[in-house]
Amino acid sequence: MLNIMNSIYDIRLLDDLARRETSIHRLHPLAKLLTTAVYLIVVVSFDRYEISRLLPLFFYPILIFAFAEIPVKPILKRLLWVEPFVIGIGILNPVFDPQMITFAGLEISRGWITFLSIFTKGSLTVIAALLLIAVTGMDKLAEALRMLRVPKVFVLQLLLTYRYISVLMEEVGTTLRAYSLRAPGQKGIQRHVWGSLVGQMFLRTFDRAQRVYQAMILRGFTGEYITGSNSKMRLKDFAFLAGWSLFFIIIRLFDLPMLLGLIVTGVIR
Amino acid sequence: MHMADALLSPAVGVTMWAVTAGAAAYSIKKVQEDMDEKKIPLMGVMGAFVFAAQMINFAIPGTGSSGHLGGGMLLAILLGPYAGFLTMASVLLIQALFFADGGLLAFGCNVFNLGFYTCFIAYPFIYKWFTRKGINSKRLLAACLTAAIVALQLGSFSVVVETFLSGKTELPFSTFLLIMQPIHLAIGVVEGLVTASVVTFVWKARPEILETVLRGEALGSVSLKKVLAGFTLGAVLIGGVFSWFASTNPDGLEWSMFKTAGTAELEANDGLHTSLGNLQNQTAILPDYGFKTSGNGENEAAVSKDAEKQSRSFVDAGTSVAGLVGGALTLGLAALSGIAISMVKRRRKKATTEG
Repeated sequence: MLNIMNSIYDIRLLDDLARRETSIHRLHPLAKLLTTAVYLIVVVSFDRYEISRLLPLFFYPILIFAFAEIPVKPILKRLLWVEPFVIGIGILNPVFDPQMITFAGLEISRGWITFLSIFTKGSLTVIAALLLIAVTGMDKLAEALRMLRVPKVFVLQLLLTYRYISVLMEEVGTTLRAYSLRAPGQKGIQRHVWGSLVGQMFLRTFDRAQRVYQAMILRGFTGEYITGSNSKMRLKDFAFLAGWSLFFIIIRLFDLPMLLGLIVTGVIR
Repeated sequence: MHMADALLSPAVGVTMWAVTAGAAAYSIKKVQEDMDEKKIPLMGVMGAFVFAAQMINFAIPGTGSSGHLGGGMLLAILLGPYAGFLTMASVLLIQALFFADGGLLAFGCNVFNLGFYTCFIAYPFIYKWFTRKGINSKRLLAACLTAAIVALQLGSFSVVVETFLSGKTELPFSTFLLIMQPIHLAIGVVEGLVTASVVTFVWKARPEILETVLRGEALGSVSLKKVLAGFTLGAVLIGGVFSWFASTNPDGLEWSMFKTAGTAELEANDGLHTSLGNLQNQTAILPDYGFKTSGNGENEAAVSKDAEKQSRSFVDAGTSVAGLVGGALTLGLAALSGIAISMVKRRRKKATTEG
């Protein structure tokens, strides 16, 4: 119940954030999508013992947060929500790789290193995905998918699913509230009504889909979802994509924190 | 269970993307061939329905706990395999984008694990086999239960294989398998029972919905030959990509950091590095790896490869201080730049509102 309301809130929040007008929001969706793709591949391409070299990759989300004026708290909250899965699998690493190594005078098992590496990667990838939608929005992302030659059947279907999620979640929420008011103190939907409760909702949805289709036909639907904007990539969009990609590749090829550390410690010594 | 980006290697992620894109392209072709665009709104609204239905808690009799619906099997049965697969893919994409449930890179894996097995294995070969002589409640129950259990077992097995091939965790293959499969047996039973109740209800209330799908009218049916061909293609693709990675990198799937670190060290021949290298030689606790060989460019590659085999330890004491300092500085710089930009933006905004 709470879960459904939270989810509706989350979707609307990201929707609202995507409607802001900042330099990042105004960039072409394709540039942001491709940059995110390069970023994700670079993040996961690092070895499982790597932590320090992942740190320069924090620049990207932090700068996007700042330039796009995205509030940090709700995104981090979402991150905490999904992190348990990654932690659940990663936390077993110290058990299976207990070999000790010395790191800066500390005895630490290699399993903890791999766990920290997975944890860092998990945080970076999750934040990057959430930021992509928070600065782009679903309609523009769909436009980018169309430019990548994703078939219109899929894109249209994706957009319709997205459009109707909040409608159907509210319906499910109402139904569940009605159920819980009539069956107080129960933990979930009882076995004997599984079929009728979900089945009734399905039938209502099925009929709704037909009405939606008829309404769309009446308004001239021919199989194309027209968003109204069909912009081309401009110079600054290419610059955004190329600049960040170059930065990610440099991070991948060179150990920047180590170079920085060597310079600083070298100067001190 | 949703696969996460952090557990994936690029090779596995990209390969699964390719396999999933292939299956999706084929499904789109079939959907366009076999039906009019009338089904697109149906698919869209049904995707939203499954999305919402996943949030319903089902009380599991006799346990006091509750379970959830995944929905892959339900979509395959109510929409047919092709439309079901595409709908599942868009549900998973929205989950990945808005809820970070399963990452974007892992999207290919997740669609395969949760959509492919339900729509192209469990539906045509199990569900259809049980219902081949017509539908009744018992057959529907047996069909949904078996199909859901098999699909979830295959799906969780894939998660284990994908994680293992990516090589990011230390979990031994067999241990991970022994954790995953029983959990997904339980999940599969719940999924099967919920799916069976819903499908039975729909069949009793509106039998025509199920029957048109089953007859394959307007939605098409899956042929064994094509599924096998698809599987073979996938296997060849996976085999090809993996063997390519294996041959370019003696250590298998991982992109060895030593290779890149090695070239970076080779370029660093200036005084600072040499003196630091000497310092590290004196302080090295793990002498078989590190900057110890950096003065000696020729056999560096050989030594580092050797060291890679002997010890996977990632850092030695000499470099670790520099690494710690550098890492902390990097993070600090990143955070500072973010704060600075936000402050400048806020100030500018204030100036514009006041002015």
